[in-house]
Amino acid sequence: MANIISDETIEYVGILAKLELSEDEKEKAKKDMADMLDYIDQLNNLDTSDVEPMSHVFPVQNVFREDVVTNGNQREDLLANAPSEHEGQFVVPKTVE
Amino acid sequence: MNITDYTAVELARKIKAGEIKVIEAVDAVLEQIEALEDSYHSYVTVDAEGARKAALEVQEKIDQGILTGPLAGVPIAVKDNICTSGLKTTCSSKILYNFVPPYDADVVDRLKAEGMVIVGKTNMDEFAMGSTTETSAFGETKNPWNPDHVPGGSSGGSCSAVAAQEAICALGSDTGGSIRQPSSFCGVTGIKPTYGTISRYGLIAYGSSLDQIGPIAKDVTDCAVMLSVLAGHDPKDSTSVQREDYDFASALVDDVKGMRIGMPRGYYGEGLDPEVKQAIFAAAEQLKAKGAVVEEFDLGLVDYAIPAYYVIASAEASSNLARFDGVKYGYRTEEYEGLHNMYKKTRSEGFGPEVKRRIMLGSFVLSSGYYDAYYLKALRTKALIKKEFDKAFERYDMILAPAAPTTAPRLGESLKNPLQMYLGDIYTISVNLAGLPGISVPCGVDSKGLPIGMQLIGDCFQEKKLIQAAYSFEQTRPYVKCPGAVIER
Repeated sequence: MANIISDETIEYVGILAKLELSEDEKEKAKKDMADMLDYIDQLNNLDTSDVEPMSHVFPVQNVFREDVVTNGNQREDLLANAPSEHEGQFVVPKTVE
Repeated sequence: MNITDYTAVELARKIKAGEIKVIEAVDAVLEQIEALEDSYHSYVTVDAEGARKAALEVQEKIDQGILTGPLAGVPIAVKDNICTSGLKTTCSSKILYNFVPPYDADVVDRLKAEGMVIVGKTNMDEFAMGSTTETSAFGETKNPWNPDHVPGGSSGGSCSAVAAQEAICALGSDTGGSIRQPSSFCGVTGIKPTYGTISRYGLIAYGSSLDQIGPIAKDVTDCAVMLSVLAGHDPKDSTSVQREDYDFASALVDDVKGMRIGMPRGYYGEGLDPEVKQAIFAAAEQLKAKGAVVEEFDLGLVDYAIPAYYVIASAEASSNLARFDGVKYGYRTEEYEGLHNMYKKTRSEGFGPEVKRRIMLGSFVLSSGYYDAYYLKALRTKALIKKEFDKAFERYDMILAPAAPTTAPRLGESLKNPLQMYLGDIYTISVNLAGLPGISVPCGVDSKGLPIGMQLIGDCFQEKKLIQAAYSFEQTRPYVKCPGAVIER
């Protein structure tokens, strides 16, 4: 049951997680993830075939509210945190040619 | 007696009676911080100016009879993953090193409305991921009982601040034990309430289905009174629960006669430090002597909680932390080529190793082909664990457990082996999976002079039973002041 994480898997997870790992970090991540998955695999000893996945401990329903604005205009405060802003907008690197 | 020796409730009474001014209370706390912060590093940000200003405003409202609550004028520390309007909130991460929230978390609204004064933001494991406060990007916090040891985590800064009297009380958050374990390591009391009791609005999310904010203080009374101030339904948190009774202080009664307390055999076997075990069993004897019925029983699936937790928490973390991309707030990398490279470099430079480890694991268990085998399997396991607790609470009013298998480890020991560190969460983690309330109360000091905490776990919404039992126990063992809190005045 020992998990072996391939270079391809780490590469793929890096794409999903939007993380760029150095070669050293990759080697360490492969080992750490394999160790964790080996440990997690003990869940397979448990028969869960008749069990529904439980995402929430209470039987809560969807919570709705009227679609009305209750907070004020916080544009300046929000933009104050932006690494880069221009004329009231967030600046991002060019994404379309 | 110094001002910082008072509990929150005692101090508020003195303030109400006009014996102590709010500014004196704030200055006394700031004096502790000034003297001890170099040694313990409980805080990421100390807001002396803001606290002094708030103290004068609160004093005025107390004098005018506008603020009459049981905690009005009390200085409090807030964990740095809880948003405070205009006050930097970093999650102890480089990626939020300069983030100033434009709004208050619901709990911050509530404690300000009560007239409590925020003195600063406490250090934590980065994004609350860790059990030692060593993964903070801004340096580790040290245990005031012995600075060679960790304070626990992730709310390590909050617990060390309370122990060192660098705050009268504090807010923490608990996703897998992050209030209860450091409370135990620092010799203070902390409550993780039933999921949904305290609003998560403004709590920077780690594992949303597990996260709860809770109080940390010198004693059970403070925690109960704080819980009443913090709890309440909030329409801004869709998982917030409307409860019938928020009067937790009414459970501060010294009486455990007939209470049924179960001790899971599986919690007291291999891996538990003998001194911790001895202290918990001695506490059980105290409760018995007071009339509680204490017995051992078998709680099922104990070993499955940690693997299920790390799948669920990492999955939720990978999704929650996707928002940190260098666009709207926080850190952005200096040089990049195009949008995706900017995202990747920002995140890789902004997150520390433990956070990356969990985001990677979470991304993997949610990825196509593994989702059923890992994520859904963990959610099914969670359902079974909840059932085991349901069965236990048919027979017992509460469960008595350690808060952690050992007392506080030495600095630098835990991060060498992440899996080993995760195993230390065995007594706290299943409580979050099942949404239950838990309280950690000091119950001893080991031969190294480090505090030992015991944990009481209740069924959902049964905080009052826990408070009553913890309060009763506390009458047999009054608060022991941390020797490291003493300063020259």
